[in-house]
This record gives sequence, structure tokens and C-alpha cells, in this order.
Amino acid sequence: MADNNYLDVELHTSPHFSKGQSVENIMLNVVWALIPIVLFSIFKYGLSAIAVIGTTTFSCLVTEFIISRRIARKELGEAESSLGDYSAIITGILLGLTLPAALPLWMAFVGGVIAIVVGKWTFGGLGQNPFNPALVSRIILQAAFPVPMTTWYPAWQSSRFTEFISSTLTTPFMAPVTDGVTGATVLAVMKFDHIFLDSMDVMLLGEPHGSLGEISPLLILICGGYLAVRKMLDWRIPLAIFTAMILLSLSFHLLDEARFPPASFMLLTGGLMLGAVFMATDMVSSPVTPWGVWIYGGLIGFLVVIIRLFGGLPEGVAYAIVLANSVVPILNQLTKPRVYGIKTVSG
Amino acid sequence: MRLRTFSHGVHPAEAKITSDAKIRRFPFANELTVLLSQHIGRPAKAIVFKGQEVVRGERIAEADGRMSIPLFAPATGVVSEVGETINADGVMTPSITIKPFPASEQIVHHKKALDVDKLTPDELVSAIQNIGMVGLGGAAFTAHVKFSPPKDKTIETFIVNGCECEPYLTADHRVMLEHPEDVISGIKIILKITGADRAIIATESNKQDAADLLAEAAKDDERISVEVLKTKYPQGAEKLLTRALLGKDVPSGGLPADIGVVVSNVTTVAEIGALLPMGCGIIERVITISGQGVSKPGNFRVPIGTPLEFVLEKAGLNDQARQVIFGGPMMGKSVSYLGTPITEGVTSIVVLSESELAAGTGKIHACIQCAECVSSCPIHLNPSKLGRLARKSRFDEMVEEYNLFDCFECGSCSYVCPSHIPLVQMFRIAKKVVRSKASG
Repeated sequence: MADNNYLDVELHTSPHFSKGQSVENIMLNVVWALIPIVLFSIFKYGLSAIAVIGTTTFSCLVTEFIISRRIARKELGEAESSLGDYSAIITGILLGLTLPAALPLWMAFVGGVIAIVVGKWTFGGLGQNPFNPALVSRIILQAAFPVPMTTWYPAWQSSRFTEFISSTLTTPFMAPVTDGVTGATVLAVMKFDHIFLDSMDVMLLGEPHGSLGEISPLLILICGGYLAVRKMLDWRIPLAIFTAMILLSLSFHLLDEARFPPASFMLLTGGLMLGAVFMATDMVSSPVTPWGVWIYGGLIGFLVVIIRLFGGLPEGVAYAIVLANSVVPILNQLTKPRVYGIKTVSG
Repeated sequence: MRLRTFSHGVHPAEAKITSDAKIRRFPFANELTVLLSQHIGRPAKAIVFKGQEVVRGERIAEADGRMSIPLFAPATGVVSEVGETINADGVMTPSITIKPFPASEQIVHHKKALDVDKLTPDELVSAIQNIGMVGLGGAAFTAHVKFSPPKDKTIETFIVNGCECEPYLTADHRVMLEHPEDVISGIKIILKITGADRAIIATESNKQDAADLLAEAAKDDERISVEVLKTKYPQGAEKLLTRALLGKDVPSGGLPADIGVVVSNVTTVAEIGALLPMGCGIIERVITISGQGVSKPGNFRVPIGTPLEFVLEKAGLNDQARQVIFGGPMMGKSVSYLGTPITEGVTSIVVLSESELAAGTGKIHACIQCAECVSSCPIHLNPSKLGRLARKSRFDEMVEEYNLFDCFECGSCSYVCPSHIPLVQMFRIAKKVVRSKASG
């Protein structure tokens, strides 16, 4: 194998070893962890859940494919798509899970395009986005389509596996018509009627009305736990969110038991569990420093409670996370760890 | 019992496949090439000419000032060239090549026995310089300079570094197992030089047998203790040893002497203990030859100047070999030139196969801020941010805001990075750019 005086071997600078972890593997594991949640959602909402989550995932993948190939052709001279890093599929699934079951599919499709274009590629693609792309899209959809985004079709319909919810198949640009009863979310009931539903049922099955991802908090915790054990999810973030929420909502509850719900209610309802476990922990848009992580989580928990109890909306998880995303660069800057051998932290 | 350690760090596969292999003597190659610059400091000056016959252990180059060391003939033979050779960095450097006489018995004649107990500390320092000793742990810093810190620093603790935290390496381990008495006598010499009150032999939990043996060997001297630390990379870095053992940080930009500590590699200490009383120059060193790319791995006492080609031939290079490393896989240098000679600073030659390397070859993605590098950096830097700044060539910001020069290039960040960003490699370039700017 020797060529003249040289061996035919690779030459590079140290380290010559790698842990063997890869972005692809981390993302793929997140996809695996989301699959039980998607299945539960389908079990709960039937065909419409398949249609909505399928549509957002599809539109995210198509958009990512087109944009990443165009950019790669411009930058590298060869059209290579970035679908292989599995990040677009995660955005698609997560976006689908934040939407109501009865959302018209064309709106879901638009949402997927918005997530990838506005949420991700305007900032430069994977690793560059300051905000969680799925939540950016959800917030824009909420502003664009306020009524369909807050029309909550009841779960567990007996016909859910045989027919679509009527509004699901609305033709583009037509106003959706929902037949039958729609209901208010548990959080809306809490906010406007001051009635707190029993939380044990919610713990196991999720809310009777709500977004597709508002399923069993227990299942979400288990799926997140899988990622945390594999060190692909920072468990400190959900822990910080839960702690802040418990402390704050408990204080309010003790002040006025009739007006403010107990802490357990706050934790188990709405999109909190999915947001805390799968969206606040998005690596790209969360801090890297140990103190930054705790403050970030605490801030989300604080904001969720404040928005839910005093804001104009019944639910605020998406806003809380995106607001906290926006301060991540400052948190990283302010919470620089003390470097070895340096007495005071500079700047 | 919870073992002491430092915070952060990584756990690469230990792969210490040669830890049970006894140190064996390596044969002489047809040509031995001694580089005049074996060490950090001024190169030695050759005092032999082409065609001159030399005897094993004879001085062939002398120290050029205090920051330099003399060199010795690794074999009895004839000087075939005083010229230049490519070193492990791929740079042509001055060298002396000796052709050993095949019939010679290779006896070391050049000895000048010293009564170590009667020498003053200053005399001991020059005796260490006179045997050409450098740090054998890899850095090759001139030993006598390290052991004589500025007079205004009081040295309290001497740390003997037997951590050997790099994967594959077992040379230090074997030296501790086979020559504990040399380690102890080396420690006594260095305690006398530095005036330290105590010596701590530090090793990792995967070398408990060596720790037990050394504790037994040191039981008569209450100044010497043995400490077993957690097995974790890079525990062998001196900055992390002071933190793990003493809870003290070496100040940024400073030396261990600033906190009253001198740290030295255990093989260096053992060689001083063995060679100084005999007055012999260093002409060989123990190295580990390992990895799946060689069929006969082991620990060997190899003559300084042995070319890589001869080492690989004797170790049974096989066709699985994909990379040859001088040193360990975390911080070593990868080489391909077959004439590259073994120097005093070479701890090992690791020949990695495709499957051992495979983990390191993945697609490079943008940083996804997973923070793995942040939670593995033993110095508590933010490699993620440093990497982003490096890509934008914002080197001054890296130095001023993110402590670039506190990085000692252990490579933990690159090791853990799931995006396979060559972080430490970029930091090296950044440092070079900043240094060359500073020097005009």
C-alpha cells in the first residue's frame, strides 16, 4: 500500500475519533418519538387527523425540497435537497399537531409552506432559525384564519374513521362550514366561565376539544422521556417550564380559588405538554448555556400562566415559546459560563 | 466511593488493547534519524560530521542555550548524513542520520554515574538537561525548564501525571507497572529540585493495578501519595489535574507554577529516575503500537530516530490500515511519510482501520445548537459560538469575548459534534491567524 515513500492513508488533523452522533440520527429519533403521538391523535380524531398532519408534513417536505435544491445549486453548484436531515418532516408533524382537527386542508397546506419559507429559510435553513418554524406558522395561521383556527370539533366521534369532518375538505378560499356541534376548549371554559374540568381524564386521554396534539400528556411525557434518555432532548427545559408554572399558578390559585385554576389543571391542559416537551426543546431555538436553559424554561412557564390567566386568549403556549425564543441570543450572552482559570466573567 | 474528576469532558472508547502487553525491546532499523528539534525550544546543534563513527549513548548534538537539550546516538554506527528530514508535521527539519553497525553489541558506553543525593537542586536541573530529557507525555517541553520555575514561585505540590486518558495508549500504564521503583526515585529527585512538600501520583480508575503497585512502592515516603481519578478524557491535561486533585485553577495564560504546582508525565519521571543516576542520555523511549491496522500491537522500547516504515513493518501493518497517528486519536498527528522518525515526544503509533475511523466520517451540517460541545468543553468555553465566529473570520471577537486562547485543543467539541463541524480545527487556524497578526 506504499506509494514511493508515502503510505496510502488518510491525513487530517485531530481529533481522529468521533462520538458517531449525527444530525440525521437525532432528527430521526425525534420523528420516532413523535409517531406514537400522531397515532394517538389519529385514534382520537380519525381521518381528519391523518389528513391534516399528512398535509402539513407533505407541504413542509415539498417546500423544503424546492428551496433547499435551489439554494444548494446557487451555493454549491449542485442541486442537493436537505430532506435527508429529517428536520422538515419534524416541522411538518409538529405543525400538524398544533392545528385543530377541523381545519380545512388547504389552510394546513399553506401553513406548511409558511413554516418552511418564513420560519426556516428566510433565516438560512437548518440551524439558523431563531424561532421554532412550526410555531411561527401556527401564529401566522391564527392571525390569518382566526375562526377556523379556533373551531374545536369534538374528539371521539363514532364516525371519525369513516368520514372526514365536513370542514376538512373545504375548497381553497371558501369559508369552511362546520356542521354539528363544536365545543370550547377546557382552557376557554376556564377563562370565560371559571369552570375547571377534572384533570385525571385529561392526564390519560387529553382534552375532549382541542388541537390534534393535545392528546394524553402522559404519552407525550413518555415519548419525550425516550429522547431525554438518549440525550437528544434537554430535560431541563420542560422541568423549568413545569416548575415555573406550578409555582406561579399555585400562588394565584391560593389567592383566589374560584378564579384561578390549580397547578395540575394548568399543566395538563391545552398545548402545554406538547409545547414544553417537543417545541421549547427545539435545539436550534433554545439556549446553549446551562443557566440560559433554566431561565428560558422558567420564562416560558411564566409567560404561559400570565397569558392564560390575564391575556386576551385562552391559550398562550405558542406565543410564550416564540417570545422566549427571541431572547435566546441575549440569554446565551448573559449566562456565559465561568471559563476555567478566569476569575471574573467578561462582557 | 465517588472518584474525583473535573466537570465536563467526554468518554471515547478506551480501546486499551495493549494494557497487558509487557514492554519489549524493539530491534534497530537500518537507519536512525535523530531530529535536532525533538522538543519545544531551540534546536540542538550537531557536533558530528558525515562519516564519523559514533558509539551508542555518545553525544551527537549539544544544547543551544538554556531552552535546548543535547542529543545522543541511539545506536553504535556511522553518521551517514547531517541534513534534513520530514518531521511528523510534514516540515523539513535538520537531522542527523546514523547507520547502526549490524555486528555491534550496542552497549551503552557513555555513562557518567552521578551521586544524585549529593547534588544541589541547581546541579540536578543541569543534570536533567544534560541527559536530554523532555516531557515524554507528548508535548516534549524541555524537562529541566519545567522543573525550575521562576525563583519567586513557591512549589508546594508535584503532580505525577499517570492518567494517560487518550484511547489506545498504554505506555505510561506499562511503565508504572514494570518500573514503579524508577517512578519513585524520579519523584524524589524532582521533589528535591522543586522543593515541593508532597507528590501526588494521579492515575485513572482503569489503571487501578498500577495505582496499587505504586502505593506499595511509595509507602516508605509519606510525601508521596497515589490518587485514582475517574476515567474520563481529557483528565491528563494538567489544568484539569489541578482542578480534580486540588480544586484549584491554573490562571488563564499562566502556568501550574502560579498556583504552586509542577505537573510531569509519569514516564518522564521514571526515565529521570532510571537515567539520571547512571548519567545516561535518553536514546530510546517506550511507545504503544496499537489499532486494528497492525497485526502485532504491543508496548515497545524503541530507539529514538526509528523511521515509521520500520515500526510498521515490525508491527505487521495490514491492509485494514486507513490512518496512521503519532500519539493518540484525540490529539495525535496523522502522518503518511514512511521516513518520519520517532522522537522523544511520540507516545504511540496508532493505526486505525476503516471501522475504527468510520464514526468520524459524516456529512457536515450547520450548527443546530444542541449544546453538546458546550457541555463537554473542559474549559467551559462555548465552542458553538466560537465556531460561528470562526466561519465569519471574526477572530478578534473570538479572543476577546470568548476566550479562544484558553482552549488547549483537546478536541472534545469536534468529537461530540453531531453536525461534524471541525470545531477545534477551526480554532487552531483562528489562533494561528491571530498570532501571525500580532507578530506583524
